[in-house]
Amino acid sequence: MEYKISNRLKIGAIICVVLGLLGVAYGFYESHQYKTVEDVKVLLANEDGHGGEHAGEAHGTAGHSEEASHDTMTHANAGQAEEAHAEGHEMSHEEHVLHQIHNRPYAALYVAAFFFFMIALGVLAFYAIQYAAQAGWSPVLFRVMEAITAYVLPGALIVLAIALFADKHLFVWMDPEVVAHDKLIQGKSGFLNKGVFIGLSLFFIFGWSAYRYLVRKFSLAQDSSDNNSYFKKAFRWSAGFLVFYIVTESIVSWLWVMSVDPHWFSTLFGWYVFASMFVSGITVIAMITIYLKSKGLLEFVNDSHIHDLAKFMFGISIFWTYLWFSQFMLIWYSNIPEEVTYYITRIEYYKLPFFGMVVMNFVFPLLLLMNSDYKRIPWFVVMAGIVILCGHYLDVFNMIMPATVVDRWYIGIPEIGSILLFGGLFLLIVFTALGKAPLLAKGNPLMKESKYFHY
Amino acid sequence: MEASKVIHAIYTDDDVLMSAVKKVKAEKHHIEEIYTPFPVHGLDKAMGLAPTRIAITSFMYGCVGLTVAIVMMNFIMIEDWPQDIGGKPSFSYLENMPAFVPIMFELTVFFAAHLMVITFYLRSRMWPFKKAENPDPRTTDDHFLMEIPVHDNEESLAALLKDTGAVEIKIVDKDEDAH
Repeated sequence: MEYKISNRLKIGAIICVVLGLLGVAYGFYESHQYKTVEDVKVLLANEDGHGGEHAGEAHGTAGHSEEASHDTMTHANAGQAEEAHAEGHEMSHEEHVLHQIHNRPYAALYVAAFFFFMIALGVLAFYAIQYAAQAGWSPVLFRVMEAITAYVLPGALIVLAIALFADKHLFVWMDPEVVAHDKLIQGKSGFLNKGVFIGLSLFFIFGWSAYRYLVRKFSLAQDSSDNNSYFKKAFRWSAGFLVFYIVTESIVSWLWVMSVDPHWFSTLFGWYVFASMFVSGITVIAMITIYLKSKGLLEFVNDSHIHDLAKFMFGISIFWTYLWFSQFMLIWYSNIPEEVTYYITRIEYYKLPFFGMVVMNFVFPLLLLMNSDYKRIPWFVVMAGIVILCGHYLDVFNMIMPATVVDRWYIGIPEIGSILLFGGLFLLIVFTALGKAPLLAKGNPLMKESKYFHY
Repeated sequence: MEASKVIHAIYTDDDVLMSAVKKVKAEKHHIEEIYTPFPVHGLDKAMGLAPTRIAITSFMYGCVGLTVAIVMMNFIMIEDWPQDIGGKPSFSYLENMPAFVPIMFELTVFFAAHLMVITFYLRSRMWPFKKAENPDPRTTDDHFLMEIPVHDNEESLAALLKDTGAVEIKIVDKDEDAH
């Protein structure tokens, strides 16, 4: 039951990181080929040439409406400088495009970093819930969960570092130039300023990792303890952490995700991000469990455990869809301009990723994981898991990209490079952490029940 | 071959009943029916009953409900009288779909739930003035009853059942009108 990260996995992960770094570097290099507005003019002229008559047609027939929609659009997505419109200080179309091109590698990096961080944080929340609920089925999976949460601290610090490194490339409110011309952001500057951003983020990161550190310590100490005092401690800390978590998760989703669109707000956004991280986290637990089981390392995990995890994947996928749809439908229905621009940008420029993720995160798991027998078949769960993870990557993509690169998006080398970079890092950290403790938390008082868990 | 006589073995403990079922099955006797006051976990597996297909019917009923909702609203809101109500785009079903989703969802659940319950009633023959098919009223409180058809093997069967821990064994003529 001891696990040691295999050399093959280690080398694979390192190759991912290296390839990812190359991809990210290429992304920055490529985007900075366009240095001035003149370069963009050349690019746009070329694109027009490629588009040929299509472009001409669009300009001819829909010139007027396009201009109108462009105006609302830029206003909505808080791209780089639409705030300037308000003050009548115009920025040329080319300059917008130049900013968008420059934002892309930052945004690609940020999306991937946040995606992997959110998996770890989702698992931490799931873990705390298992403790607080004194779930009898899950203790056999605790070491897997603990290993995944090892990524919370590095992952969160990386996200924060990228946010600060990208600065105004991601968060327009970090640009004093923009804020000076934007009354709306000025009104929010009590919350949206760097001091609050860094202070709160660090405080939250401290809270999450402190809980993770303590509960891991208790879990290991329980293994060699002759009473349940560590279990009780872990129970109390988990219950407390869940209160802390739900508040901080909500605020961090405003700070780290929603504030890329500082003109837009939504009240259930925190829940929405939570659902996304929760389902991705559970999916990763299931996939790593199935992987380890296939290596013969988790013989105490039976197909009822897999069944339960798949049930969670199924249920939380639907919960995510419920929140996605509630947010979308309420805004679509009332159609208030200051809110609806968020979705106009997405539907206009991100039709495929925006609706594609609903298919991947809802329709696919709904049909695949509804059958009780399928939930016991590892390759079915893995297949559903891959689609769910891709879907939730797209979800984060859809949250960040429209605000930063607007219509200049593409899932190309910078994006895939970033996924490889953080995916490799994630695997490296998680599987190294897996090797640090026996795979069975044998001191847990619910362990026997969990071993014989049968559904 | 319909047996005219059945043997009723009564148990007072579900664990004893479970092991009795396994023993009787191992001796290759056919168990006609078991009456219990509450669901005994794993009894269906021990008896070798086929799994229920009611979830599958429910899925299909849900699909029917979804179709009903879509066809209904497409006809009413889009085809029959596509009015402009508060600026909602009633040009096509897809354009106005978010507004219909709550009804699509509810009708799916409604059909899936209700038709499944009705299916359950029909398949298990339950209705308001149905005559109760209960061989012994104690089986609704704290006794368990196993019914096995007799084919000229009364003694050996009774001995076997006694052996499994039955507290009471009765041989009864099957009342043809009971069902």
